Order: sequence, then C-alpha cells, then structure tokens
Amino acid sequence: MIIEHIDAELPGTVTDRHAFRGDQTIVVAKASFLPLVDFLYREGFQLLVDITAVDWPERDPRFDVVYHWLNLASQERLRVKVAVADGEAMPSLTSRFKTADWFEREVFDLFGIPFEGHPNLTRLLTWQDFPGHALRKDFPLDGGDAFCMEGCTAPYNNGERG
Amino acid sequence: MILDSIALSRQQVDGDTMIVNLGPSHPTTHGTLRIIMELSGETIVKSTPEMGYLHRGVEKLGESLSYQQFIPLTDRLNYCSSIMNNVGYTHAVEKLLGVEIPTRAQQIRVLMSELARLGDHIVCVGVNAVDIGAFTAFLYIWKQRETIYDLFEMATGQRLHTSFTRIGGLFRDLPEGFVPATERFLPECEAAIDELEKLLTHNPIWHDRTKGIGLISAEDAVNWGYTGPCLRAAGVPQDLRKAQPYLGYETYDFDVPVGTTGDVFDRYLVRVEEMRQSIRIIRQVLARLEPGPVNVDDPKITLPTKDKVYTRMESLIHHFKLIMHGMEMPVGEVYSATEAANGELGFYIVSDGGKNPYRIRVRPPCLPIFSSFHEQVKGFMIADAVAVLGAMNVIAGELDR
Repeated sequence: MIIEHIDAELPGTVTDRHAFRGDQTIVVAKASFLPLVDFLYREGFQLLVDITAVDWPERDPRFDVVYHWLNLASQERLRVKVAVADGEAMPSLTSRFKTADWFEREVFDLFGIPFEGHPNLTRLLTWQDFPGHALRKDFPLDGGDAFCMEGCTAPYNNGERG
Repeated sequence: MILDSIALSRQQVDGDTMIVNLGPSHPTTHGTLRIIMELSGETIVKSTPEMGYLHRGVEKLGESLSYQQFIPLTDRLNYCSSIMNNVGYTHAVEKLLGVEIPTRAQQIRVLMSELARLGDHIVCVGVNAVDIGAFTAFLYIWKQRETIYDLFEMATGQRLHTSFTRIGGLFRDLPEGFVPATERFLPECEAAIDELEKLLTHNPIWHDRTKGIGLISAEDAVNWGYTGPCLRAAGVPQDLRKAQPYLGYETYDFDVPVGTTGDVFDRYLVRVEEMRQSIRIIRQVLARLEPGPVNVDDPKITLPTKDKVYTRMESLIHHFKLIMHGMEMPVGEVYSATEAANGELGFYIVSDGGKNPYRIRVRPPCLPIFSSFHEQVKGFMIADAVAVLGAMNVIAGELDR
C-alpha cells in the first residue's frame, strides 16, 4: 500500500521491488533516499526497527544497506535497500531517528560503511583499533590472527608490538 | 550548611567533574557492559555507555553454520529467556521456508514462551529491586524462577540453554508430568506475584526511588526505537502478539498493559501485569493442549526419529542427507519479528539457496533502548542510573551478540 503511495508521490524513486512471504521490499538509489525517508516519516513509518547491511563481494556496488521500518498505526512493515560501493558514504538518519545512532555505528563497525552527518561515527562492538570489518565476507571467520592485532596502532606497549 | 553549598557551587563553576567508571564487571550491570559517567557531585553530567565486551560474532558465525546449527547460538542471546529466542529464530526460518507448524507445536511454543517471559520479567523486576535495595522482594519471587527452570529442565533437558525448537517444530514433545507440574506451579506463582506487589507497589521507598526516574514520552520512545515493556510503559500499546499475531496468539484472551509516563515505576507495573497476563495465556494453552505431532510432516525439513535412524537404512541415509546437505532453502530474504520479553526480537535472514544463511541479522530489542541511556540519566544521581539500567533490562548477551 505504501509502495503505491511512494510511486504516486515520488515517481521514479523505487528502482526495484519485490514481495516475498509477505515482506515488501523496495530498492532505491542513494540520491533519492533522504526525500523518501521524509515521506515515510510523514506517512507514519516512525519506528525505525533496524539498520543493517549485506555484503556482496562479487557485485558492484558491493553493499546493500537495509532499513526496516514499522508503521505503528497500520502495523505495516517496509524494507528499504540502498546499494553503496565500498568506501561510499550513506547519509545518516540520526537527525530524524535517534535510534539510527547506534545502528549506524554498528554497520560502520562491522561493514566499514561510513555515514555522512553522523555525530559520533566510532566503532560500537569492536575496539577502536580493530583491524578490518568483521562482517565483510572477506574477513576470516577466526579473525585471522589470534589477537586481531595485525596493523594495530594502539597505544599498547607504547605502540610497539611484542 | 552554608559552607557546603558554597563548596558545591564552586565545584560547578570550575567545571570540576569526576569520572566514575561503572562496569564492565559491576554487580548492577548484570552482564559485561561499561558506563563512563561524568559526575558533578553526585549528579550525572554525561554518561557514555560502552559495549562489545560480550561480542561473540554470532551473525558472522551464523554464516558458516547450517540453519539448524544456529539454534544453540540463539540461546545465548537473551539468556534469561532463551526459549523465546529459539522460537523467534525458528519462526523466521519457517517463514523463509513457507511452512506452517502443527497446532500442538504452536501451542507448546506459546506455552514455553510465556513461561520464559514470566521468568525474564521475574529476573528483571527482582534484580531491579535488589539494585535499589529491596532485597526481600527479590527472594520471594526468585523461587518461582527456579521452578520455571525446573520445568524447562523437564521439557528440554536444560535449564538455561534450552535449544528446544527445531525448524518445523520442536526437539520433542512435552514429557509426562509436565502439564500437572505447570498447573501446580501457576497458583504458587500468582501468590508470589501478589507478595511481590505487597512489598513493592505501595511501598513509599520504592516510589521514591522509581517514580519520575527515567521518564520518556511516547514520541521519544518511538524515536529511540523502543519496543516491548519499555515502550508500553511510555503509553504506546504496541505488542506484536496482538498487533501482528503469530503462533495463534490471536486466539488467546489476554490484555496488553500500558503505562503513562515511561518511568521505572511504570515499567515495573507493566512487567508485573504482563506476568499475570502470561499466566492467563498459559492457563488457556493448558486447557486446549491437543494431542498430535510436534513436527511438520515434511521429510525435507524434519529429521527421522532416532529409533528409525538406528534400525533402518533409508532413515539413516535420510538423516545423513539432511545433516550434510541441509534443507532446500528458497532464495530470498525475510524479516520476522516476535515479541520477546524485552521487546521486538527480529531476525533478518538472507538466503542464497545454500545450506547456510548468506546473512543472518539479529535485531536485539535492548540495543535501541540502551542507546538512549545517556539521555535517560542526564541530570539524575548515580543511584538513579542503576535503577534505570535495571528497568531497561539490558542483557549483554543480546546487546553485543
């Protein structure tokens, strides 16, 4: 239902769509993302349930940033996906949704996707000098080296290894 | 008297604040999380929560495990109510597969979920009371939680890490004696909740410590991504069991308690009432529990029974194929949410048709709630921070994954 609204109000925004097992998904370009968020907010999608990402190393652009919204009045859910390349920044939603703060930090931490306009974009789950981004497909499952200290510039031992 | 107040004001003018470190291992954090608090006197000027001490990389691990193998990892998310995580996860995979589990399996899942919710709320309310200093209330209610764990042990063989569900149903049917034991437990638990309420609900000290602490408006709560009891305490009647029913919750008769101010006291009241409503649901399940299979009748999903595996060649091959090659999964993505004790527990699964999920995301209910911590405690005392932290019911296993 909301997708028809989006088509009517913001024509050309939705570049791809699918419905699977009752979940509605739309894919939008990064440029049209912020106007879409404004529109969704006005339409009642005010609970930003989740922000996450999916890594497709063989694909270009490499990442999908996935947003889940819930409309508390109509109980309608909407999944919005935006494709971004490695190193490309997503616009931050922190000014509109306070909950985006930590979710974006987590995506930044685990995927290395920066968020433009985030007030405090630091790692959330791993420590600040953690090498790499753990949920990327090319990050080894065992973390590579046992203490994850490869390339570490931390002030441990005054910056010296060993 | 005058000197004291002068000393305080000079301290404030100088910007002379003290840093106090709460956690990562502190009796009131109930898990490993750290809060760095900047204090002026005993008033919190700024607090910075730091997390990740319990980060195990559950989502990363899930990408290398088959769908069935991920179930034990879900136990370790919210370890106070692990069955609800099992239910939430298998429900998501069943949504991906597009299967409907048998009625008896649904009923048992509801029964166990509500017992787990009861246990989780007991932990939250009891421990919150202990942190504030009401130790007796905790002892009265804690015995009931032990009984709930005994019931879990009876049904699943484990007290905490239950791993009770399987994709397409359950690990096993309820054992003999489980239903009478639960029926014996319910009135005892109700009596204990009454006692808890007698000790706390009209207790002036409890009022002083909880009323007006951690206030949040409904609008802010939604904006912060609150779900579950914390959101309902703020006045939003959002309960997925009512709003988006699953497992036949629409057929049970229960009420959704809603608060008004969202403070620690309202959260306490909402949780206590939810315990009573859970007991109500459990009674209805026990009354209608009908015999039948607990797993879907689909050999592509359900493993053959052990006695057949050990005696029949075909079943052995069947078992081997399912374990080694996994289930045939459709290509697609689903997000499935269930109402866990803390709020909306979501699983977002992306399948590329392989044996393992391509991407599995756990949406923990307490992460957005905890992220609002600094706004909740700003301008309050350290002791209030402890009360707020307890009422948020932050479970580090779920927070850090």
